[in-house]
Amino acid sequence: MSTPPEALAAAFARLPAHPVRTAGFARFAQTGAPDRRVEAWHYSDLAAVFDAQAAPVGAPGPAALDRALALLAALPRFADAARLVLVDGHFVASLSDAAPAGATLTPFDDALARTDAAGLFAPDGLGVGDAMVGYNSAFMQGGFLAEVAAGGTATIHVAHLATGAAGACVSRLAFRLGDGAGLDLVETFDGDRTQRHAASAFALEPRARASRVAFHAEAEGTVCVETVLADLAADSEFADFGFVADRAFTRRQPFVRQRGPRAKIALGGLSLLGGRAHADATLVVEHDSTHGESREFFRHVVADEATGVYQGKVIVKPGAQKTDGSMKSNAVLLSDGASMENKPELEIFADDVVCGHGATCGALDEAELFYLRARGIPRAVAEALMLEGFAAEALDRIAFAPARGEADRRLAAWLAARAA
Amino acid sequence: MLEIKNLVAGIPGRTIVDGLSLTVKPGEVAAIMGPNGSGKSTLSYVLAGRGDYEVTSGEATLDGDDILGLDPEERAAKGLFLAFQYPVEIPGVATMTFLKAAMNAQRKTRGEPELSAPDFLRRVREAAKSLSVDPEMLKRPLNVGFSGGEKKRMEILQMALLEPRCAILDETDSGLDIDALRVVSAGVNALRGKDRAFLVITHYQRLLDHVRPDTVHVMSKGRIVTSGGPELALELEKNGYRDHVDAA
Repeated sequence: MSTPPEALAAAFARLPAHPVRTAGFARFAQTGAPDRRVEAWHYSDLAAVFDAQAAPVGAPGPAALDRALALLAALPRFADAARLVLVDGHFVASLSDAAPAGATLTPFDDALARTDAAGLFAPDGLGVGDAMVGYNSAFMQGGFLAEVAAGGTATIHVAHLATGAAGACVSRLAFRLGDGAGLDLVETFDGDRTQRHAASAFALEPRARASRVAFHAEAEGTVCVETVLADLAADSEFADFGFVADRAFTRRQPFVRQRGPRAKIALGGLSLLGGRAHADATLVVEHDSTHGESREFFRHVVADEATGVYQGKVIVKPGAQKTDGSMKSNAVLLSDGASMENKPELEIFADDVVCGHGATCGALDEAELFYLRARGIPRAVAEALMLEGFAAEALDRIAFAPARGEADRRLAAWLAARAA
Repeated sequence: MLEIKNLVAGIPGRTIVDGLSLTVKPGEVAAIMGPNGSGKSTLSYVLAGRGDYEVTSGEATLDGDDILGLDPEERAAKGLFLAFQYPVEIPGVATMTFLKAAMNAQRKTRGEPELSAPDFLRRVREAAKSLSVDPEMLKRPLNVGFSGGEKKRMEILQMALLEPRCAILDETDSGLDIDALRVVSAGVNALRGKDRAFLVITHYQRLLDHVRPDTVHVMSKGRIVTSGGPELALELEKNGYRDHVDAA
């Protein structure tokens, strides 16, 4: 596809011009939605499920807001985190809590008008080579900018709700953390079947710390592309964890750059997949300074006809000496029809680094199952115990306690549903 | 109690247990000795129900009920316990979670109520103390990073908590130093009683110095070739298996 379909071109023409949009649309227009011929999308054929006629959904009307209220009622609270609600990609202040303590919120359009908007919403050119980052840049709307001032802290829950409106939910959020600032962020993805394109951008100044957990519980048949862009200055720390337990087509793609020395990156995920679910975690970590640390830890539990994908690319640029990188991806397949694609990659252009990776994929160990059963534990319970243990090792990467509690609850619910 | 008649079993294409018959009465401690490769461990796995072994013919009953047609968990709930020669490490499964799941699963099968948390903790603490099991071990994932001796003590701890009718100890003495052997043996002896039977599989006399058997059986080429009293073990220690094996 050399030009985007007319529906999208027309939708783009209606949006206010902005350099980030224009560059994004140009990138998307080069290839359209990627298919298997694009290496980074080889295991997730987005072109096959992408609805090229789906223009971004407009601001929600009364029916959408009613539906959003019902969806909100079923969502957990994360301790005292301020809850900010996006309906079909649009921030809705009337459904949201007051601005979170410790953070300043700027509405999306106002933020995009700022002279530093490009650096906040599309930091440091991260992900510019990806067509779907381009798509999101072209059509982004209705999110917000949250800024945590130097030395401050904030706790935020962003609820992304899809109300089944025709079209695509496209949103972008930006977070700027000042020197030494701290942010604990949870993003939840729920609602009716949709095409969702959500992106969150993070600019971390020196010594800032951000932790983020994304919970996906999308409707069956939803196509969700979730992008994370994070730019880390010296001594900052960024942690992102994706929890996927649904029957959707999910692509999570963090692009993270260590721009300053001694910054730490921790990316993790747990996917619990059944039916014909497809969950892809594809990440790019760039170490562009010295003494950086990156940890990737991903686990997939794949049942029925579902598919899991992990692609991790860690790039150690020339001069990024003393980088310490470790990448692990493990999968358990619970049926003959389940499949997993693992592709860890290291590109190292510095000579004084420690980097390693490991990937495994297999069924539950029969010797371990027999040991448990020989103690009187029925097979289904023994399997659940082992899966719980397998999954919990990934969840141990979640530092924000309320999010960990919610992850434990969702894991238990998934295991119970499987045993039933 | 445990009755095995003409049992033939093995892996596909290879018979390992070949027409074995054996009876263990309530209250009895029966020892099975034999050279490497005689089929001792296979017998223990077949009785416990491991899936990769198949039974070709023969029968095995516990308290008169067939066990060969049961799943491993059903055999355990009937009171069969296997102390593994090589206890399996299970990363991610906390030892306490496992113990509670095992005790309650068996109670559920027997129609008994679940243990309360305080009752469970008390039982585990008492058993751990008597077997010199470090409480820190109970906080770790099951058997992960345990030494050989710690793993064997954990097996006996499980046996003490599950109170089986019939326990099979598969080379529980292997890998134990003298002190650990004493602790483990004391744990086994504490569980001896008129309603409980033990099948003790070992290469060596030394375990039998501590856990004194009522009967001793020599296994060779998949069957029992000689049976006798405790004195048979002493004779084997002195003269080796050759006389019995050659006679088989």
